Amino acid sequence: MIVANRKPFEEIIAMLKPYSKILLLGCNECVTVCATGGSKEVAVLASEVRLYRQKESKPVEIKEVTLERNCDPEYLESLKPFIHDYEVVMSMACGCGIQFVGEHYRDRLVLPAINTTFEGVTEEHGVWAERCQGCGNCVLDRTLGICPVTRCAKSIFNGPCGGSQGGKCEVDKDLPCAWQLIVDRHKEMNMMDKYLEIQPMKDWSTSRDGGPRKRVREDLKI
Amino acid sequence: MRLSYPTNVKIIKVPCTGRVDIILILKAFENGADGACLVGCLEGDCHYLVGNMRARKRVEYLKHILDECGIGGERVAMYNLSSAEGQHFAEVAREMTDKIRNLGPSPAKQTAVRKI
Repeated sequence: MIVANRKPFEEIIAMLKPYSKILLLGCNECVTVCATGGSKEVAVLASEVRLYRQKESKPVEIKEVTLERNCDPEYLESLKPFIHDYEVVMSMACGCGIQFVGEHYRDRLVLPAINTTFEGVTEEHGVWAERCQGCGNCVLDRTLGICPVTRCAKSIFNGPCGGSQGGKCEVDKDLPCAWQLIVDRHKEMNMMDKYLEIQPMKDWSTSRDGGPRKRVREDLKI
Repeated sequence: MRLSYPTNVKIIKVPCTGRVDIILILKAFENGADGACLVGCLEGDCHYLVGNMRARKRVEYLKHILDECGIGGERVAMYNLSSAEGQHFAEVAREMTDKIRNLGPSPAKQTAVRKI
């Protein structure tokens, strides 16, 4: 899922300073799973802002709404009856959701309450780690399920570099070397001969560099 | 045991401190509470195994949240007692009341609206 962090409280409070009627939006998908922008976190942030503003004697009215998703237009429709009753929208959804609300309600300012960080998995309860960078040309078949783009600090493709010491990356002593993991996996699955196959160069043209990407399915267009 | 403790302590019973979500305490502060304390079972004695451990972690997180919004993390605390420790409970209530009295009323109080 997309993993994000809530912005520091001072940033949020500074953004909300000119407003006294705020719509606080959450999302029931990725940001709920990483405990950043789901209905619980929306409730907590709304409470925090209200307490802070009560303390400053500048009370604020906050409506808390959590949509199923913020990245599909059908869900955003449900905001129509009341979105114009609020001076500003602050969204705890990911960057996609924040932008999409603004695209659909062009006269509304939508402020980000969170910093969207990476695509990742839940390693354990309360711990989320990056696994995919959306390079657009997946090589996980060749590396037996370990992504060299994401998990290698240098995104190299031809085995560990000289900085790989004791199975750890030189960048961080707690970071395993991705290529060490790949080699170990080949050994674990008895496929070392596959590791020695010469691989063609990766096609990076599908990656993010070069502008925002789009995918179309003509058969699904109405 | 007929022990006395300060009258400003309002007790809300829960089956386990693990049931307490931080939003419940934040709502209490929004409604004008000056302080909150969670009194849970002794560590290792939780009927639900680790409910009191979860509550402790949540209280730590809540302290950080209350510091952020300017209310002050010192206004919330977690205590571990056995339900047989009546005397200790009275002491805890007194200690908490004194601490909150010294801190003064909650900064959010002046415009707090009591929601029934």
